Amino acid sequence: MKIAGIELKNPTILASGIMGTTGAALARMSRNGAGAVVTKSIGPVPNKGHNNPSMVELECGYINAMGLPNPSYSGFCEEIGIAKSKTDAPLIASIFGGDAAEFTEVANGLLSSKPDCFELNVSCPHAEGYGASVGTDPDLVHEITASVVDAVDVPVWVKLTPNVTDITSIGRAAESAGASAVVAINTVRGMAIDIHSGYPILGNRFGGLSGPAVKPVAVKCVYDLYEALDIPVIGVGGITCPQDAIEMILAGASAVEIGSAVHDDTQIFETISKGIDTYLQKYGYSKTEDITGLSHEMI
Amino acid sequence: MRPIHSKITEITEESPNVRTFFFDTQFNEATPGQFVMVWVHGTDEVPMTLSGKNSITVQKVGDATSRMFELGIGDHMGLRGPFGRGFTIPRNDENVLFIAGGVGAAPIAPLADIVKARGIEGRTILGSRCCDEILFRERFACGRVDITTDDGSEGRGGFVTDQLAETDTSDYDRIYVCGPEIMMYKVFEILKARDGHVKTEFSLHRYFKCGIGVCGACSMDPEGLCVCRDGPVFNGGELEGSEFGHYERDSSGCKCRF
Ligand SMILES: Cc1cc2nc3c(=O)[nH]c(=O)nc-3n(C[C@H](O)[C@H](O)[C@H](O)COP(=O)(O)OP(=O)(O)OC[C@H]3O[C@@H](n4cnc5c(N)ncnc54)[C@H](O)[C@@H]3O)c2cc1C
Ligand SMILES: Cc1cc2nc3c(=O)[nH]c(=O)nc-3n(C[C@H](O)[C@H](O)[C@H](O)COP(=O)(O)O)c2cc1C
Ligand code: FES
Repeated sequence: MKIAGIELKNPTILASGIMGTTGAALARMSRNGAGAVVTKSIGPVPNKGHNNPSMVELECGYINAMGLPNPSYSGFCEEIGIAKSKTDAPLIASIFGGDAAEFTEVANGLLSSKPDCFELNVSCPHAEGYGASVGTDPDLVHEITASVVDAVDVPVWVKLTPNVTDITSIGRAAESAGASAVVAINTVRGMAIDIHSGYPILGNRFGGLSGPAVKPVAVKCVYDLYEALDIPVIGVGGITCPQDAIEMILAGASAVEIGSAVHDDTQIFETISKGIDTYLQKYGYSKTEDITGLSHEMI
Repeated sequence: MRPIHSKITEITEESPNVRTFFFDTQFNEATPGQFVMVWVHGTDEVPMTLSGKNSITVQKVGDATSRMFELGIGDHMGLRGPFGRGFTIPRNDENVLFIAGGVGAAPIAPLADIVKARGIEGRTILGSRCCDEILFRERFACGRVDITTDDGSEGRGGFVTDQLAETDTSDYDRIYVCGPEIMMYKVFEILKARDGHVKTEFSLHRYFKCGIGVCGACSMDPEGLCVCRDGPVFNGGELEGSEFGHYERDSSGCKCRF
């Protein structure tokens, strides 16, 4: 299936920041059935990330504040090369920066390793000066997207934060700047406190919620973006089973990214893509595209 | 799971730089070689093998471990676990050899306890830098124990690998190894030359962030296995041709050679 300029093997994609730090891990997720893989977000300089605890499982999902650890674009080109040599699934390079110049520097720096697509992380909720700090301002998102689109000759996707009043205004900014797709959502800002010691659990004190708890938020964001935009929407947030993925597709997603659920099932991509096929067959559809956004017609 | 608020009930000074902390939290279902993420409030959270059902044995090396050494009985740490894949428990009719270097004795000691309790004979090569730092010698007394010290202050002077080179390993059904990676890799090479690496299990150490197999910080080349989830214990056969003994990654994911 061709979505937003790239040929996906199936509609399930490994989300950024999950098993995406090395080429070998990305290739493993592709072997486990992912239709495409997104790398950990890569930035301009090597970054250690926040102190631990940086990810903890809660009752309803997960909370994390990794702090964008990464070896920088110069350290990461080799890993993209390894991933590309070991799998034929498209490789999407997730990148971040503090402004348009930094985003473009990182994109240019990774170009030699030939990623199939770029995903701009303007949505990480817990890295000061990066991610959502830039992704809540439509003008900045427009400027960054336009700058990267101009610099590279592969599709550019923009990953949005749900931590805004109106996600569609950010989506429109990305679309008008030339993005091929938007990806929604990144984690929802959140916090967990250990009631016995009184300490916030994350080393960074607060972070982003993912997993089952955020699925209704993600479904609503995808639903709204589908109405507002002409470019495809990739749905992500809380998908753990075929039913969740189908719900997201009915809301308007052309494909889905899956993150935290790798914890419960390392074969999650195969499980979900098979489940989607079974559903399509059962209800007499021939392809995922036939059901994308279908719930919008049910009013 | 959230970190379990765990009270320190006892502290044993094992050597000048190694202490065992006992907690009021018991991980009864844990198998030898499994680990917990230990949250030192306000400092960091680091992986530590369970050296017993309710204990960790810690070498003071940096921020988090130094802070732990300032804590006393009645103080608390947060524990998440048990996580990871531990050692294969030997059958009663199997001959076992333990090879431990330094604080690497901590993951193997619970296995030696089981072997001793079942009356199986287990031989040990136990190495340390000097006589003050020999760890858990009494827990390994389930058979012959060969001590090696780098400075020759007790036992055989030299490394565990020197002792291993002189040891016939053909009679052992299972060999368990933990210590600094350089040491483990030398053991791996000696045993590989004898085709013994496939009956050997190594407990590895990589930089952990999540500890639960999601973030990818601890993935190893070339298969992308997670040390926190698929390990930390790996069979020698699984490690053949891997990054083991060659490099690891730091917290930013940059490669560091051994
Ligand atoms: C599965 C596993 C089991 C372990 N079991 C034990 C044990 O039983 N006893 C023991 O004394 N040590 C054990 N360690 C090592 C222990 O986790 C590190 O020594 C400890 O994290 C040091 O923390 P620090 O803040 O004092 O040191 P720092 O000053 O932060 O770092 C010193 C070194 O410790 C290591 N380290 C630091 N943070 C981490 C981390 N989050 N994950 C992995 N390594 C880290 C790094 O190699 C680093 O170079 C184990 C490690 C792993 C991966
Ligand atoms: C440990 C962890 C690290 C993440 N790192 C990134 C990242 O580097 N870049 C990014 O765009 N999103 C990152 N995310 C967000 C995920 O890609 C995804 O948007 C979010 O987790 C919701 O999906 P899920 O519920 O399927 O996990 C991370 C999430 C987690 C749990
Ligand atoms: S530490 Fe996160 S995957 Fe192992």
